[in-house]
Amino acid sequence: MSPQAGVTIQTQFETAAQQREADQLGMWLFLATEALLFGGIFAGYLGYRVLHPETFAAAAAHMKVGLGTLNTAVLLTSSLTVALAHHLVQQGRRRATLVLLGATIALGCAFLAIKALEYTLEFREGLMPLPGLEFRYDGPPPGQMFFNLYYTMTGLHALHLTVAVVMMAVIFVLVWRWRTPDRQARQVEMAGLYWHFVDIVWLFVYPALYLV
Amino acid sequence: MSTTASPPLGRRLDTRAAAAGRNYLNESTSLRSWLLTTDHKRIAWLYLASITFFFFIGSLAALLIRLELITPAGDLVDSDTYNKLFSLHGIIMVWFFLVPSIPTTLGNFLLPLMIGARDVAFPRLNLLSWYIYTLGGLFTLTATLAGGVDTGWTFYTPYSSMFSNTAVVMAATGVFVVGFSSILTGLNFMVTVHKLRAPGLTWFRLPIMVWTLYATSLIMVLATPVLSISLLLIVLERVFGIGIFDPALGGDPLLFQHLFWFYSHPAVYIMILPGMGVVSEIIPCFARRPLFGYRAVALASLGIALFGFLVWGHHMFVSGQSLYAGAVFSLFSFLVAVPSAIKVFNWTATLYQGRIHLTGPMLYALSFVGLFTLGGLTGLFLATLALDVHLHDTYFVTAHFHYIMVGGMVTAYFGGLQFWWPKMTGRMYSEIWAVIAAITLFIGFNLTFFPQYLLGIAGMPRRYHSYPEAFQLLHVASSAGAVLLAVGYLLPAIYLPASLRWGRRVDNPWGALGLEWTAADTPPIKHNFHQTPVVTGPPYGYRNDAEPA
Repeated sequence: MSPQAGVTIQTQFETAAQQREADQLGMWLFLATEALLFGGIFAGYLGYRVLHPETFAAAAAHMKVGLGTLNTAVLLTSSLTVALAHHLVQQGRRRATLVLLGATIALGCAFLAIKALEYTLEFREGLMPLPGLEFRYDGPPPGQMFFNLYYTMTGLHALHLTVAVVMMAVIFVLVWRWRTPDRQARQVEMAGLYWHFVDIVWLFVYPALYLV
Repeated sequence: MSTTASPPLGRRLDTRAAAAGRNYLNESTSLRSWLLTTDHKRIAWLYLASITFFFFIGSLAALLIRLELITPAGDLVDSDTYNKLFSLHGIIMVWFFLVPSIPTTLGNFLLPLMIGARDVAFPRLNLLSWYIYTLGGLFTLTATLAGGVDTGWTFYTPYSSMFSNTAVVMAATGVFVVGFSSILTGLNFMVTVHKLRAPGLTWFRLPIMVWTLYATSLIMVLATPVLSISLLLIVLERVFGIGIFDPALGGDPLLFQHLFWFYSHPAVYIMILPGMGVVSEIIPCFARRPLFGYRAVALASLGIALFGFLVWGHHMFVSGQSLYAGAVFSLFSFLVAVPSAIKVFNWTATLYQGRIHLTGPMLYALSFVGLFTLGGLTGLFLATLALDVHLHDTYFVTAHFHYIMVGGMVTAYFGGLQFWWPKMTGRMYSEIWAVIAAITLFIGFNLTFFPQYLLGIAGMPRRYHSYPEAFQLLHVASSAGAVLLAVGYLLPAIYLPASLRWGRRVDNPWGALGLEWTAADTPPIKHNFHQTPVVTGPPYGYRNDAEPA
């Protein structure tokens, strides 16, 4: 590692710009991989929806559209705060960055809490097709398929958001310490890209499951 | 990489490495320095060790299969055990040997050296990939010890999700985990090629090996996650009863096949493209001619990667997908043969008027060209809709993909390993034994798998442990070939390690060009180059008027 203009450059790189571009490209490729991961389950959802349009629409009527919409608003706001945090950390404004990172984490947690509330309500209504639980949905069987897909897709998304929240929490601590500001700027940028991606996935999950 | 005359073959004595004395191998020797290394060259060795281990297990399963098939009756193992054997063979060979084989060993070792970089873009991620691979391997071994799995390597639903009583969850988890190793390696390689090329090393000055590794990485990054989600859905269905493929809920098993082959057909190109890269390095070196049609070969690599994403439905011609889809997939399957053929023609044209040296690695490379061509042409039979109805799920298919995977990829892997062995170790192995091993492999391979084409045409289905007596002669020939093939694989396992002790020290025994040979020590130093090389010309500056050895 050799310092160059206050930036730590790892052995394999020549310049700070090269290192930054490599980080960015790496993150974008990772997001491409993630997009294909969700793409697989979305392809399955779309296929089944074409096969069973009416049953799916009937089952989707049991979704809590209000809570889903509220969550969409929460997540979109978090995208704004994370974008602002990136903007501020580049200007070296530590305190403002911390406030916005904190807000991002809080909004992420709020989303997960609302999602948990939704799951709880569905559990009470007997709409969870898990072994050992009573499944009280009275429509035709493909309706259960809808719920299977609902729990798989929202669960996978919630898992990703949980990872993103943990990542943001770690970066919050790193910004708090403020040891290598240029590195923290990169970390906020990379984590921000991931955060936006998780938001964008929700923007596909929400209309597909709630608004059909 | 410059355009000066090639050094003659057989320039034996090392001048630089012997004088300097320090290299990536002896720079530190503790176990810790190996297990926590971030040096791409050492990580290549970690992979080489793990992959050899899994290759051995997969081969053992194959040998048991061939032993069972010597007699028409199912007498050596019962049908359940037989199912577990071919499943184990497939799972291990595909995900723990073929997919990682060349990229993680030769690729890891060579990619930074070939592009004049000090390491890959993310060295720690590179080490993490190996640990993930090992973790995935442990899951799969646990599945084997827990009684094995009998779904075949394809995990088709609803059998795998609803009916099989074997360790499906454990095996699927193993494959799921190893997928992330693949993704991270691909990601790392792509960023490395984009961002770490030496000054002057433009895209069209890259060796074909780098082009093929890049194309392979592209598939790894974009296809593997679809496999991950398909396996995840199987696990969810088995563990939590969340049936996405359950026919009783209106689920469609065909969906699983679509998702599975969306990965697994491109994965075939993950398994063959790096082999093409190796051959494109070996043939110009031993023909003493620049690679013919460099640009066409480079672009054909990307062409194969892109077309490879559009042909998955040819695995489902008889699974009930629409005839219209079948026709489209058939067309694309024919089209993917075009870039493959471009490569074969260019390798052949490179030989024309060359000064051909039939060394061990060259024999492997030439075997590759022949066997790959035969495997590729029989692929066209299978891409033909009507013919596939007859040949589907017969030994013809088995023979076809083994010609590509084993005749192609494994041969290229052995050829490449021996071509770069002197670079990796600084030692030369016994050339005579390499020639013998290459010839044994070629004969053994054809004896094993050519009869399987005939069996397939005659109607012998795959995955059966007993068969009518009329097929016995061909099965016995195939099993005899398997023994010969095993000898061909075991020989390098003896003479290569032996060379570490008794092999003479060499620098560049082939007179090969390419940054890894001309700009780096043998074996290379820790961060590869004493100073960053500057590239001024195209690759493969070989000339056939240089003095022979």
